[in-house]
Amino acid sequence: MTGSPARSRLLPRPSSVTRPFWDAARRHELVLQWCATCAEHVFYPRSTCPRCGSGALTWRRSAGLGTIHTFTVARRATHRAFADRVPYVIAIVELGEGPHLTTEIVGVDPDAVRIGARVAVEFEDHDEVSVPVFRPVVSVGAP
Amino acid sequence: MTALRGAAALVGLAEAAPVRDTGDHTDLSLAAEVGTAAVRDAGLELSDIDGLLTHPMSVVSRLVPSTVAEALGLRLSYADSVDLGGATAAGMVWRAAAAVLSGMCSACLCITAVPRTTDPAVLGGPSRRMTDRSPAREFEAPYGNVGATEGYAMIAQRYEYEFGPTAVARARIAVAQRANAARHPHAYFRATPLTVADVLGSEMIADPLRKLEMVLPTGGAAAVVVTSRAVAARTPRPPVLVLGAGEAVTHKSITYAPQLTTSAIREAADRAFAMAGVGRAQVGLVSVYDCYTITALMTLEDAGFCAKGAGAAFVDDHDLRWSGDFPMNTNGGQLSFGQADVAGGMSHVTETVLQLQRRADDRQVDGLEFAFVNGNGGIMSEQASLVLGVDQ
Repeated sequence: MTGSPARSRLLPRPSSVTRPFWDAARRHELVLQWCATCAEHVFYPRSTCPRCGSGALTWRRSAGLGTIHTFTVARRATHRAFADRVPYVIAIVELGEGPHLTTEIVGVDPDAVRIGARVAVEFEDHDEVSVPVFRPVVSVGAP
Repeated sequence: MTALRGAAALVGLAEAAPVRDTGDHTDLSLAAEVGTAAVRDAGLELSDIDGLLTHPMSVVSRLVPSTVAEALGLRLSYADSVDLGGATAAGMVWRAAAAVLSGMCSACLCITAVPRTTDPAVLGGPSRRMTDRSPAREFEAPYGNVGATEGYAMIAQRYEYEFGPTAVARARIAVAQRANAARHPHAYFRATPLTVADVLGSEMIADPLRKLEMVLPTGGAAAVVVTSRAVAARTPRPPVLVLGAGEAVTHKSITYAPQLTTSAIREAADRAFAMAGVGRAQVGLVSVYDCYTITALMTLEDAGFCAKGAGAAFVDDHDLRWSGDFPMNTNGGQLSFGQADVAGGMSHVTETVLQLQRRADDRQVDGLEFAFVNGNGGIMSEQASLVLGVDQ
């Protein structure tokens, strides 16, 4: 899904270790590191596996689906870069592959956000970088 | 494991009143004033001090201990900087005790000093925190997760999801501590009464946390002197023994915490109580980090004073005021005393020493023998627990 016209936010500056993540985000793909020794995904991108220390981490595409583990509604801007977003939802999402990541929940009334809600990734395009955000998955046929 | 128990004592302290603007003070001038005052309070001379613990300061980017030592005129056999956020002060105390035990020094000055300005020209300037290349800058800041409030709010939200409502209990913590603050001459909010309705009616900042359950940032400074038992015997006040200490560090960003609703305070506190050989029921005062109400609530559980999930009921069942059955944060806590960054963490140590030395005046807890202190850094990231006591 193409992101909505980008409003201001603090943007990341990729490093050599994290560049594959942001390059994939530019293609609107969410990728995670994979440790074959642990058979576990790794996030955020690192030089070594935080469980076993292996430096042989590879990249795998994530399905981009997860659930809201927790969240808050920022009623005041936490930084001036976010002044035109208030109120906005900061959340920790548990991806289906396991890792937790911090993100923004978009496309929903902040007061309707719930822990446990299923969400899917989408990407917000900025000039130099695309930022993954998550939107609640509308369940078809639910009561 | 138990070698540290009772090897060193807190023998003196000094603390500046938290203020919103420290004017022309620098970290160094605050450190010098509070450091010398603490040495004087201990009945010692600067020449007796052979150890120094400091923390990252804005006045110099490196070599902080030698800069502070030079300013105070100290000659040292042990010097270091502790960087554990709100756990820095409690972390300093056991490090000083360990340095004393190992023979590296006999009298260690632990200083926290943080200036603050309300000048908008300075406040609006470029923030050093945002120019770094840390994982937090790259993977948290793009979503506005740049301060502490949102992290603690996400903890509180998950806590209520798992264990039920806490808003009233959290408000009661703030209210009890405000009552305590009324009896501390340095407490920022000593003259501002607070009710549960005030807290519950205050502005929602980051759901579910409201304005009056968050600390007010201030400038300030506090210092303590930790010495060997031999040096302590030469000082005029009852030595406050470092009986137990524990530390635990599990993450930096709350995103990567092993769990949101059970913190590493559990490990730090268990280690401290085990080392001290003191039980929770023997503790007559808890002075625990309270950057937000949820922090204090969870600390009561994780430090073992009640079961996980029972914090709200515990607060309902106990009187947390200085005169109550479970005195907590008798200086008002940072919520009512003011939070001078790492010096706010030290305020939990200074209040505990004052109480154990029977110097707490109008808020003195009767019959106090043992006290528990917890320092919490980052977003429940760094934990340092202390069990302190006096010989009866």
